[in-house]
Amino acid sequence: MTTLTDKPAPAVRPPSAPRARRRTRAAQQSPLGWRIVVVGLLTVVALYFLLPVYWLIVAATKSTGDLFGSFGLWFSRPQLWENLRNVLTYDGSIYLRWTLNSILYAGAGAAIATLLAAMAGYAMAKYEFRSREPVFNVILAGVLIPGTALALPLFLLFSELGLANTYLAVLLPSIVNPFGVYLCRIYAAAAVPDSLMEAARIDGAGEARIFTSLALRIMAPALVTIFLFQFVGIWNNYFLPLVMLSDPKLYPITLGLTSWQSFADRQPDLYQLTVGGAFLSVIPLMVAILVLQRFWRSGLTEGSLKG
Amino acid sequence: MTTRSTRRRAVAGFLMPFLLLYAAFFILPIGYAVYQSLLKTERSGPLGLGGSHRVFAGLSNYTTALTDPGFVDSILRVLGFALVQVPLMIALATALALLLDSASAWGVPLFRGAYFLPYGVPGVIASILWGFLYVPGVSPIVDILGKTGIRADFLGSGTVLWSVANIVTWEFAGYNMLVVVAQLKAIDTDLYEAARIDGANAWQVVRHVKLPLIRPAIVLTTVFTIIGSLQLFAEPLVLRPISTAISTSYTPNLAAYTQAFVNNNYGLAAAQAVILAFVACVFSFGFLRLTGQKGDKR
Repeated sequence: MTTLTDKPAPAVRPPSAPRARRRTRAAQQSPLGWRIVVVGLLTVVALYFLLPVYWLIVAATKSTGDLFGSFGLWFSRPQLWENLRNVLTYDGSIYLRWTLNSILYAGAGAAIATLLAAMAGYAMAKYEFRSREPVFNVILAGVLIPGTALALPLFLLFSELGLANTYLAVLLPSIVNPFGVYLCRIYAAAAVPDSLMEAARIDGAGEARIFTSLALRIMAPALVTIFLFQFVGIWNNYFLPLVMLSDPKLYPITLGLTSWQSFADRQPDLYQLTVGGAFLSVIPLMVAILVLQRFWRSGLTEGSLKG
Repeated sequence: MTTRSTRRRAVAGFLMPFLLLYAAFFILPIGYAVYQSLLKTERSGPLGLGGSHRVFAGLSNYTTALTDPGFVDSILRVLGFALVQVPLMIALATALALLLDSASAWGVPLFRGAYFLPYGVPGVIASILWGFLYVPGVSPIVDILGKTGIRADFLGSGTVLWSVANIVTWEFAGYNMLVVVAQLKAIDTDLYEAARIDGANAWQVVRHVKLPLIRPAIVLTTVFTIIGSLQLFAEPLVLRPISTAISTSYTPNLAAYTQAFVNNNYGLAAAQAVILAFVACVFSFGFLRLTGQKGDKR
């Protein structure tokens, strides 16, 4: 698979790529002193990455008074359940609604985006047609466009269509993932054998059938990765919903929590609600990231793209 | 021939859904932004009460944007930010990936998970968290530093940009590391064996085998870090209530957002968005060209 190292995509590795690792002999050669230095370094960096998470866990257990009045890195009169109950019941349980909205935007958006990217990438990889490369280049150019530069004109367009401030305003732009097409093309080109497609055609399968029952199954590992990255990209997106939505009932969690935070100087209880809400939304996602670690082999984030 | 026409229909069926949506949500908005940036709102009647309508304004929105010191400063600010942030981010991500890949590391999945964890935290929530860790009175960091006699100010006019840089690094370093790790794992281990037989030490393997082979991953993460740095928005917006140093036009995106939703000046906001997209494309394309040419010479 020389194309993988020639093109700017570490990305999804087709099954043909080498994966054997032989560490043991190298590990024996490494002197103990050097190993302690390396592991020490890795530990210090890990503490940096975990510090805000630790602070969040501690802060989520505190009362509003203790949030400001006690040392931030240690517990003081923990009342986690009471805090979480407040988060979940405040303002007619709006937090639950935000959570469901986020799941809808990210779940449905990523699922459709992945399917569309799979279809387009597969077509680009397995069929010859005249305008193939120019079309592909136009799609790739989309990867370089800052997502925030699109959000503002999209809002103006959606306003004229009467679509601003609706679920569709956030969902529709989220289902287009040009980088996913790029990854799918590379993966399909390497992993879906022409001979298998030809055999299926001789057996009388139509092109759509070949895609749904053969190609999709073979491309599954790449599709899982693309889905996960798109899910997190939409989940973390802030600018698009901020621009599109004015009704708090349609907010995703990111927008909801910042709305609490922005009112907190007038209503100090909201500080604790913001912290508790952040805790509730961050912890499940972190667990998911750790559990799904082996699926994050690759990729590219929409997060850095769409801000 | 029937097979040819069925295949052509198949290609259209597979491609069209994506291409139509891509045209609608990527190409059309760019065209629309350019169109809007050439218009301005004109009011008629006494005191402008006779209603308003959009009229052609030529390039006046662009000259307004580019002669506004606040907006020009915001562009220079994010460029300066990128100049520090990009090398820092890429160096950190590459170093972490190489350390985790080195024979001396223990507990690799654990460390990799810890570094990647912040990627699951939305930028605004990361900013809220770090905001609490920056603001005096709540922050244990300011507390501890204060006890040792250091008066830390993370939110002053000279420091807040770098406090933002810290948040961005925290969010994305682990993600960028993962991209590099993915490419490191794709390297054929026979190459290491060959290098060792040739007498290369660990550092020489990194320098002459690993680094050249992970170059595509580094180029890719660099381009995305450049684009991400220039469109800085959520972090300064969230820190704004606790830092007087952040103005409503602190970054180009904040400036455009303010023009659109506070001043209702869509023409100027569109011009600012177009300028930002242009600057981002110049730098990301420029970087790709630069690295592409170097690659050809080798």
